[in-house]
Amino acid sequence: MGANRQASAASQEPAPSIFSEVDDEAELTKLHPNYKLLMRIGAVILGFVILVVGLAVDGALQAEEVPMPIPFGVITGLATLLALFIIIRIPLARYNARGYQISRDRLRVVRGIMWRSDTIVPFGRIQHIDVDQGPIERALGLATLTLHTAGSHNASVSLPGLGHDLAVQMREEIRAHIKRESM
Amino acid sequence: MSEPADNSQEPRNTDPKTVLVGLLASAQNAVLPTIAITFGTGGTGLLVAIPVGAAIIAIGTFFAYISWKRLTYTIGQSDIRVESGVLSRSARSVPYERIQDVSLEQKLLPRLLGLVAVKFETGAGGGEDLSLSFLTEERGEELRQLVRERRDNLDARVSAEPGGTLSPNANEEEAEPLFTMGPKRLLTFGLFEFSLAVFAVLAGLLQYVDSFLDFEVWELDFWRGLIDNYAPDLSALDRTAQVIGILASVSALLIVGSLTGMVRVFMREWGFLLERTARGFRRRRGLFTKTDVVMPIHRVQGIRIGTRLIRYRFGWHSLSFVSLAQDMGASSHVVAPFAKLDEIAPIAEAAGFSLPGEGTDWRRASENFLFDSAVRDALFFLVPAAVAGIASSIYSPEWTGVVVGVLAVLAGISAILNVLAWRYQRHALDAAQIVSARGVLSPRSQIATRLKLHSVEIAQGPISRWRGYATVHLGQAGGVFAIPGVPLERAREVRRKVMETIAATDFSQLETG
Repeated sequence: MGANRQASAASQEPAPSIFSEVDDEAELTKLHPNYKLLMRIGAVILGFVILVVGLAVDGALQAEEVPMPIPFGVITGLATLLALFIIIRIPLARYNARGYQISRDRLRVVRGIMWRSDTIVPFGRIQHIDVDQGPIERALGLATLTLHTAGSHNASVSLPGLGHDLAVQMREEIRAHIKRESM
Repeated sequence: MSEPADNSQEPRNTDPKTVLVGLLASAQNAVLPTIAITFGTGGTGLLVAIPVGAAIIAIGTFFAYISWKRLTYTIGQSDIRVESGVLSRSARSVPYERIQDVSLEQKLLPRLLGLVAVKFETGAGGGEDLSLSFLTEERGEELRQLVRERRDNLDARVSAEPGGTLSPNANEEEAEPLFTMGPKRLLTFGLFEFSLAVFAVLAGLLQYVDSFLDFEVWELDFWRGLIDNYAPDLSALDRTAQVIGILASVSALLIVGSLTGMVRVFMREWGFLLERTARGFRRRRGLFTKTDVVMPIHRVQGIRIGTRLIRYRFGWHSLSFVSLAQDMGASSHVVAPFAKLDEIAPIAEAAGFSLPGEGTDWRRASENFLFDSAVRDALFFLVPAAVAGIASSIYSPEWTGVVVGVLAVLAGISAILNVLAWRYQRHALDAAQIVSARGVLSPRSQIATRLKLHSVEIAQGPISRWRGYATVHLGQAGGVFAIPGVPLERAREVRRKVMETIAATDFSQLETG
């Protein structure tokens, strides 16, 4: 974990501040590399379910009295291909599509492969901040930073896949900008 | 009860006359079953009906008493606490700084007894607001002042900006009337509020009575029998009489519908008065149920101007304020339900908004967006047209032309509608606000203060990404503000400008620097 932390720190801004100058079109900061692994674990579970369903359908078709035109193994094969695609490609694509950018007075969060969303939350409008860790996230040293605003749309903007230390540091620095934190 | 015990931290009960309201309400509930039983049994049931009615009243009163006895409220230093519940106790605490509005509501019965329901609106979703029913009118007003003072003190303590001045504590400040609706205006308003809701109510009532009466209201034979006995045979009449009959029933429907609308408007809007006071906007209205709402001006997040198909032809619009507080289930406060635009402009101005005028720099949605949505809507008709065309050419070729033609015409109409809608769908940015307008037959527009937005999102789907436009979602407290089909460059520009406004007044900078 320590090695990962250093590796990601090297790719980020120099030490004194995590804040960059305000430039909404600038290059995005990548998330922690372990986040790929986290999404892949989720994808493996989904892929496994797809594989089991494929096998079950194949088996059910074989059990039919009337011989089916599809030979045994075709559906399982397709399911395997789909599962592999989900496990190998999707986490990578999602990881590459995601990113954030934190500057002096705002946080920009970008996500989505097909449906892209690019949200900016000004620090001056944040009601409160959460840093959450699920069990797998904790094992990988990751955390999710969630910013809550008073707006009806984007009432909470979450940024998953940050290193835990970085998430805590961001929370502290953003909190210093908030006038009234309690809600 | 009479001492000015504002500062006491004692839990207090609401006004004892609340029980009386409960008694009267249950008496009201008892009337209908009593009548129904009496008539349903041809008068002999009176012996049953009276005890039943008395029992309903007694039970209702008993429960009203218990819940009055068990409900206490405490006016604390930093919050209001209400404890209630007969078997299970619940305690709710609302800090003063989270109270958006205090509104007073008087329904008919409480009004006769001089009582009000005091509602503390917190902006929490799902009607989870704190309400005290009932207090005396004076006590309600007193409580409202008290909550406002406490809240303003807190506000001042927390957000005292350098050089900021706190307005002197004007108790009953002078009010400047902004908008009012006299009986004549209500009459016009009522004409446009055509409603057939009365038939739904009648049907519901009929079903209710049905369970007490011994004839079957929903049984067709019963009515057929009645008609056979009493009414002239419809089929025996000549064509003219039939036409007259139909015309008569249609006009009866129109009259009933208009009357319903009229009655509803008069009940809801009677004595409508909107005032600008030092504390914000104060709106009073209602014939039987009187409401009195104050909206602090700094909590107004944006305004909406709406209209409907027919009234728009006559230049009538409505104006509401968007805020976190709830207003009778709606998320925004109607401050001018039925007004001309030149009456609306001063109200909007008083709230710090300026209506778009001649010099407004309107921007339309992207032309790619127009093309894509026209194609998408036309596909709804073109795909069925293709399917129906193929199917009919196989089974009945003589219909192919008609079917395909009709669907193609519909596709064309939807495309034309899209172009029209696109021409009227536009947005504009000025120094302090963002305006969005849409709608051809009944245009509505929405204005938000740029400073009071909470986030800006640029969202794109696969098609819009390919075609270079996006939807701009603005995070508004208590409202939804989205502008679809904005060219990507413009979307970025809108976001940059809005963010500039917000960043320019970064409260945290004031505090730390």
